[in-house]
Amino acid sequence: MLNEPAMDIAVAMHSIVKRFPGALANDHISFEARVGEIHALLGENGAGKTTLMNILYGIYHPDEGEIYVKGRRVTIRSPRDAISLGIGMVHQHCRLVPTHTVAENVVLGLPGDFLFPDRAARRRLEEFSKKYGLSVDPDARIWQLSAGEQQRVEIIKALYRGAEILILDEPTSMLTPSEIDELMGVIRRMAAEGHTVIFITHKLDEVFAMSDRVTVLRQGRVVATQGTADTDKPGLARLMVGREVVFRLEKKPAQAGQAVLRVKGLHVLNDRALPAVQNVSFTVSAGEILGIAGVAGNGQRELVEALVGLRPSTQGSAFVKGQDVTNQPPRALIEQGVCYVPGERLVGLVPGLSVAENLILKDYCHAPFSQGAFLNHAAISAHADRLIAQYSVTTPSQDTPVKLLSGGNIQRVILARETSHAPILLIAAHPTSGLDVGATEHIRQLLLAQRDQGTAVLLVSEDLEEVLQLSERIAVMFEGRIMGIMSASQADLGTIGMMMAGAQETSVSEAA
Amino acid sequence: MRGWLRLRVEKRLAVPRWLEFLTPVLSLLLALVVIAVLFRALGVDPIVAYQRIFRGAFGSLYGLSETTVKAIPLMLVGLGLTIAFRAQVYNIGAEGQLLVGATCATGLALACPDLPAWALLPGMFLIGFLGGALWALVPALLKARFRVDEVLSSLMMVYIASELVNYLVYGPWKGASERGFPYTDKFSPSAQLPRLFRTRIHYPTLVLAVVLAVLAYLLIHRTKWGFEIRVTGENPEAARYAGMNYLKTVLLVMLLSGGVAGLAGVGEVAGIHHRLRYPQGISPGYGFTAIIVAWLARLNPLAVIVTAILLGGLLVGGDAIQVALGLPVATIYIFNGVILLFVLGGDLFTRYQIRLEWRRKA
Repeated sequence: MLNEPAMDIAVAMHSIVKRFPGALANDHISFEARVGEIHALLGENGAGKTTLMNILYGIYHPDEGEIYVKGRRVTIRSPRDAISLGIGMVHQHCRLVPTHTVAENVVLGLPGDFLFPDRAARRRLEEFSKKYGLSVDPDARIWQLSAGEQQRVEIIKALYRGAEILILDEPTSMLTPSEIDELMGVIRRMAAEGHTVIFITHKLDEVFAMSDRVTVLRQGRVVATQGTADTDKPGLARLMVGREVVFRLEKKPAQAGQAVLRVKGLHVLNDRALPAVQNVSFTVSAGEILGIAGVAGNGQRELVEALVGLRPSTQGSAFVKGQDVTNQPPRALIEQGVCYVPGERLVGLVPGLSVAENLILKDYCHAPFSQGAFLNHAAISAHADRLIAQYSVTTPSQDTPVKLLSGGNIQRVILARETSHAPILLIAAHPTSGLDVGATEHIRQLLLAQRDQGTAVLLVSEDLEEVLQLSERIAVMFEGRIMGIMSASQADLGTIGMMMAGAQETSVSEAA
Repeated sequence: MRGWLRLRVEKRLAVPRWLEFLTPVLSLLLALVVIAVLFRALGVDPIVAYQRIFRGAFGSLYGLSETTVKAIPLMLVGLGLTIAFRAQVYNIGAEGQLLVGATCATGLALACPDLPAWALLPGMFLIGFLGGALWALVPALLKARFRVDEVLSSLMMVYIASELVNYLVYGPWKGASERGFPYTDKFSPSAQLPRLFRTRIHYPTLVLAVVLAVLAYLLIHRTKWGFEIRVTGENPEAARYAGMNYLKTVLLVMLLSGGVAGLAGVGEVAGIHHRLRYPQGISPGYGFTAIIVAWLARLNPLAVIVTAILLGGLLVGGDAIQVALGLPVATIYIFNGVILLFVLGGDLFTRYQIRLEWRRKA
């Protein structure tokens, strides 16, 4: 017998499981969206939202689980299959041909007239612009358009292919506030016309501004599906970041020493030359962990990159142990004793090189690893053996390319390299994201051990529990600004969750 | 039953050693099969053609010596290119760097014909290296400073070099004793490299090439600069993160590969021609064929010694079939092109796993 859901269900996903090497991205997720509804998929980064939607759009294949579209069981092997089922997806980053016109992009890849294929599109483009308020000049070239207009083209592209179910992956992340308002109008009109809109987000405000219902994901599982009207911001914030403490960490009280990193009024631009960090100031002292909480994309990455010399700052300054290190190159900061565990692991290592070689990625130019021009393989090998044992890295051998290791072991390699000779300042971005429970705990212990050795630690994480457990003080970042800095003992999940979502910083106690 | 076959392409996590060795060999064999079809179309029995090529290149002492002669510049240029390609810097302009190397050496040989050989020949190699390196400096700076694609800029520099040589041999450097040919005057004996017995093998350059191949291997695998080159090539972002200087690495690999290509040019004028000639007379595209040499060697400078001899043999064998079977000159270029395509395409099989899948129609 066919499992036949009610008629008004546009799409239903049952018990979807998707495993990636070293991580369980979707853990028996069930999800339904009704015809004509706007459904928000809320969760932190790494919660599994995008993976789930990529499965629906045929980019990934689920390891287990079933998908029903309009009540019919389907197998979606590719985006082409998804499109023919009336599913469209607009990715977070635009996937258009920059040098082609809007009309050409819309008809790209479709069968039709061989010459001047864009002519046929014009009439429908006009129709969309009237019906949904999606106005774009069909003759404009993509590179001339703003991010918001490019996104409109993507939406038009999906509608042109007959999408009835439209997935938007963090649609507001690249938009200006007025573009966000326009987008909301478009989404509402589409829903009114009977389209189903699923949008992925981690911003609470958007959930309340736009959605009819919301499904909250956390660590690959569904935490709740609720009518948006039946819930409130603190409730959702708590669901999103989780309440129960998973680990009990043995933590000695911090012995904070003198200030190591002092940041004053720092401004940094993002890749699109828009302000990403605005007037950020804080201090991290020896022997303490300052946690920076916040949803990804609120300037944490740019802040950290500026502090390690990978990105220029436009205003303000940074001092390490009293020395001005503003806009110093990475090498100068490395020599100062600043160590950095990057949020994207691929930045911190070379996948094709061996574990041993990755362990000397920064120290290769110093004795004993190189003598004169030559590398000293005996020293490199001894160093690797020592660190592999000390940090319990599981690897077949020190000559194994790191890309063959699991995520947790890759992270251990990075941490071993960055912490093995007592840095002055350790900057760790999302050190446990995507790791399993065991690896996560091990790495948190390592960070605490660093703190106890007198290292100043700046911890950037989206995992609020992690920040709360490890840090002495917590700063919350939202849209490039620090919303407040409070001591961990005074902080509660609700307040921080609200600040992370950009809600007001009322009744937040400032602790300098 | 209705359905269709589908290809599924998946990225390999680990590349087994045997596969890394097998793919270039298989690619080469497949290329030979494709070229066999071409021979057939030209009305030549491919088996006969391959036999002639092999015999022409390796079947006689003369063939072997000529193969070595062609292998010398291929080895030099090829080993330089492995260094650049390892850093993912695609120096495609070795042909131009070779010509400039030859030109600079010629300049020295013509200016100081009376210097003793022990001073003049090393001087020619030195200035040839510098000339080739200088020619590579332009695309290197453009890439490192302004992110100009080095593939295009280094390739364009080839044409400038080629026209420079043309200008010199038709113009100011045209030899008084050459009766209107676009050649310079013949070098004095002290600017001529010694040859092995009665062959054209200018053995000092051959020894230099083998030594440099070993040094290039040591550079890549045993020195800290080699470490920077490998890290930059595999993951430029990690190189920046680790405080490595991208500009320095790009300059280093471009100057080395350009300089070594310049040495190959010196070998050609001092060892073979004893004068500068029109560009095609100096190099029948060694700088481009060396790209195949480097790739076929899977960017291992030691393997370049072998692949250079292989491709050198192909050039000699190609000459042999042109004469014996009356095939057009272009045949050998097609030959090279097909081999490069297959060798590059073969990489797909090392990096990805390809499976056929039967899918039933729903």
